[in-house]
Amino acid sequence: MNKWWWKILAIVLLVYTIIAGFLSSVPRVSVLNETIRNLYFHVCMWFSMMILFTVSVIHAIKYLRSTNLRSDILSRQYAVVGIVFGLLGYITGAIWASYTWVDPNKSAFESFGAIAREPKLIGAAIALLIYFAYLVLRDSIQDIDKKARISSVYNIFAFAFLFPSIWIIPRLLPSLHPGGEGSDGNPGLNYKELAPNMRIVFYPAIIGWTLLGVWIATLKVRLSFLKEKTLLNR
Amino acid sequence: MKKIQLTILFVFLSILSFAQERGAEMADIMRKEGKIYVVVAVILTILAGIIFYLIRLDNKISRLEKENSQSKNL
Repeated sequence: MNKWWWKILAIVLLVYTIIAGFLSSVPRVSVLNETIRNLYFHVCMWFSMMILFTVSVIHAIKYLRSTNLRSDILSRQYAVVGIVFGLLGYITGAIWASYTWVDPNKSAFESFGAIAREPKLIGAAIALLIYFAYLVLRDSIQDIDKKARISSVYNIFAFAFLFPSIWIIPRLLPSLHPGGEGSDGNPGLNYKELAPNMRIVFYPAIIGWTLLGVWIATLKVRLSFLKEKTLLNR
Repeated sequence: MKKIQLTILFVFLSILSFAQERGAEMADIMRKEGKIYVVVAVILTILAGIIFYLIRLDNKISRLEKENSQSKNL
């Protein structure tokens, strides 16, 4: 955990993302105009969240198999950082929508109803709320082994729910996001549908932002281990 | 005469069709004359601040871990 090579890589990739993100050429699309560059930030937040939640659920399963409380601490901290990235993704999405999804002929407030009906927004909100409930669940149980066991099981269900909620159902319904019913394309996941001059920034950006999340999570984990050790020594 | 006027009018109107995709109002003129670099510099500065904070935290925790393992061995 104290290895530094991947931290340097995270910094390099993020600096590359920011410089190339603004200076490289992007497809000229109407409505989106320059905001298409938000792909390197808003969409990356969600991808990083998915990867962090995946690590969290792997540690949850590891705990259930080994009952080693170390895995439980790892599971919790990765979920917490995942939630932070999810919230950032939501907020950046709201900012983006206020410039692109809003009807320019009316006041921004009047478009709120149309945007609130967007299935991916509802799905992502439910998914994040379920992870918040994971944290509440953890805090409600005193016994540390019971807490770890019950919250690990809950973590698995919370992770499984991410897929229908954020990925599957929004693609089946008419949606403002790309990929909804009636619109083509899946520029996030299908590399053939993403312009090549965006691909060379987008994929390193995902890795960079994810490594940043991992760095923050490992710091929190190390702090938790220190706290546990001092508790045991006293 | 009317035919010629109509023809000229339609030729000029057809130029409007170029407004669709080619000029999708990107931030070309204003940005590319130097202001885009201000945007990049500002965001890089914010990132630098965050990274320095993370490195500081990382070193603090490393130091605590070393102290902890040393005091346990005593």
